[in-house]
Amino acid sequence: MQAQPQSIIGTLSPMAIFFFLAFVAVTLGITYWAAKKTKNAAQFYAAGGGITGFQNGLALAGDYMSAASFLGIAGLVSLKGYDGLIYSVGWLVGWPIVMFLISEPLRNLGKYTLSDVVAFRLHPQPVKTAAAVGSLVTVLFYMTAQMVGAGTLIQLMFNLPYESAIILVGILIICYVLFGGMLATTWVQIIKACLLLGGATILVFLTLKSFNFSYPQMFSEAVRLYTPKFLEPGGLITKPLDAFSLGLALMFGTAGLPHVLMRFYTVPNAKEARKSVFYATGFIGYFYILTVTIGFGAAILVGKTFITSIDAGGNMSALALAEHLGGGPFLGFLAAVAFATILAVVAGLTLAGASAVSHDLYVGVFRHGKVKNDQEEMKVAKISTVGIGVIAILLGLLFKKQNVAFMVGLAFAVAASANFPALLMSIKWKRFTTAGAVSSMYTGLAVAVVLIVLSPTVWEDVFQDSSVKARAAAVATFTRLDGYSKDTAKSLATLQTQVAALQVDLAIPDLNAKVKANKTKALATGQADIAVLQGGTFPTALAAAKAAKDQAVAQVNKAPFPMKSPGIFSMGAAFLVGILVSLLKREESAEEMFESEKVRTYVGVGAEGSASH
Amino acid sequence: MSPKTVHQILDDPDFLELVRKKDRISAILTALELVLYFGFIALIAYNKAYLAEKISAGSSITIGIPIAVGVIVLSWILTGVYVFWANGKYDPMVKAVKEKMER
Repeated sequence: MQAQPQSIIGTLSPMAIFFFLAFVAVTLGITYWAAKKTKNAAQFYAAGGGITGFQNGLALAGDYMSAASFLGIAGLVSLKGYDGLIYSVGWLVGWPIVMFLISEPLRNLGKYTLSDVVAFRLHPQPVKTAAAVGSLVTVLFYMTAQMVGAGTLIQLMFNLPYESAIILVGILIICYVLFGGMLATTWVQIIKACLLLGGATILVFLTLKSFNFSYPQMFSEAVRLYTPKFLEPGGLITKPLDAFSLGLALMFGTAGLPHVLMRFYTVPNAKEARKSVFYATGFIGYFYILTVTIGFGAAILVGKTFITSIDAGGNMSALALAEHLGGGPFLGFLAAVAFATILAVVAGLTLAGASAVSHDLYVGVFRHGKVKNDQEEMKVAKISTVGIGVIAILLGLLFKKQNVAFMVGLAFAVAASANFPALLMSIKWKRFTTAGAVSSMYTGLAVAVVLIVLSPTVWEDVFQDSSVKARAAAVATFTRLDGYSKDTAKSLATLQTQVAALQVDLAIPDLNAKVKANKTKALATGQADIAVLQGGTFPTALAAAKAAKDQAVAQVNKAPFPMKSPGIFSMGAAFLVGILVSLLKREESAEEMFESEKVRTYVGVGAEGSASH
Repeated sequence: MSPKTVHQILDDPDFLELVRKKDRISAILTALELVLYFGFIALIAYNKAYLAEKISAGSSITIGIPIAVGVIVLSWILTGVYVFWANGKYDPMVKAVKEKMER
């Protein structure tokens, strides 16, 4: 019999507040220190190029390991088993691509942003405009997903109202970026990466200790509780083309994320840039292996029923496991780490968004690359930072309670389609022209956005929210009842234990409203199921649930575009249009400059990066 | 020897060799990574039964688990291979070409 813990998740934990305040104090201290060292644009955008490869590796990992991926992947594994592991692999495989194709040329050719590279030998105005639009769209979608996730998470963990959480996050990140620029942002990322990796390592250590440090024993236990199916590929990949398309978006999207690419200008040269990807890939890979272990541990030690009783999506599984193994203080620590993670990721995004506005649009397009002095660019960069920070707060408030799950996928699809093809072709292909670059970027952007809107993730999940929720509820009810049919006596016993545990949890006096509602619902369901199983009406109830499921499924209008990820089409279109338009009309100046670009790409001679002066 | 201009460097055999080697290793490693990941996806799409097999009789671990972890670890090793190559081979070639330009 597994233990049924009593949980304080959802109450205001003094430990969590203590750790969180400590993090805020330390990071604001760093911001104060960084502010004194951030006097010019190169320092603001790129920390003066003075970050080492190892530090940048940690910071890159910090940028990439969001709270959503930590809590989300652990949750997915705890509920879906092996399918969650498949999903986590996709998030890592973009990094080798970043290293082999992008990192060194980017470092050698650009100054602060990816549009510097695309526009290197093309007409800067149209190219920088298109690249800035692509960057901003990517950043804003990614940011909205993070902010809404942050608000909900903080509400659940700290019992703080959603709006206050959003405004608090917004103000803190504006402080970091506005005063400390890239130097403060980098150190916030490094601290956060260490805390997250450290916290996850301790949690995995405690988890494995429960299984005598034996993965085989842990997996045997998982199979005993949830049947061998838990360790087999399930329903995540049913359509090969869709899986391939999502894989492309994840893989090449990573190589087009503006906040990730921007980090390559913080190191002194291409050698350090490549080293930083090696460290980042190692940290991120290690992190996903930890996260998957945490997911399995939570499923076994805490139990799926308990996890879904706190949050239906499983997002609280890592925290529930932390509480089960390390008690209230460890839960508080990990909750504070999750909060810190959100702050760091949004800070990185804010800086990337602000650079797209100030460096690409204002300096590159509006001022034709000529500003009076460095101070003018700094001033515009700071104004943009406040602007993007305020937009982040507004997006968080605007999309409250909206389904934003599709936005991360969309950000990756746009990065893979609008940013990556133009970046790669500008580095590698001599005949690439201004018209080719501009048309490729807008095509990739438009196709990605339009197809996502027409896909099930938006057309069904967002536009037909209520029907889809009804469908999910009906399917869940049927699956649950169907699950009892194998062994009704055993299911009844399990249910009775779970109901008893939920009643204990609900007796906690200061439980927050959301957690209480979820648990009350779970309790009611459990009690109703017990009544059905004991009353002998089970076969009728099962048949009724099946009919209700079929009807609810028919209620949802199918999306016009059947795939979940448009990657294969949007990336394909961006490459095709870029190539065809470039071939239509030669651009001699661009071809001539390709020669000097080539020396710089490979040898780094003339790289004007922030460190060289 | 006098310093070489950008145009002379472009015809320099050492530079051409450097470009050729760098492009080749980038292409090979990128192809390996694509095969690694999309091979894994293809296995899930077309041969779920294989991934569901047990690694040994009596174990509950499926073959799919070491394969998935293997994709993560191998991806990292590939980045290590590139860094090893670049530090040992590429950087000295770059240094030699740079010296020709500056001398």
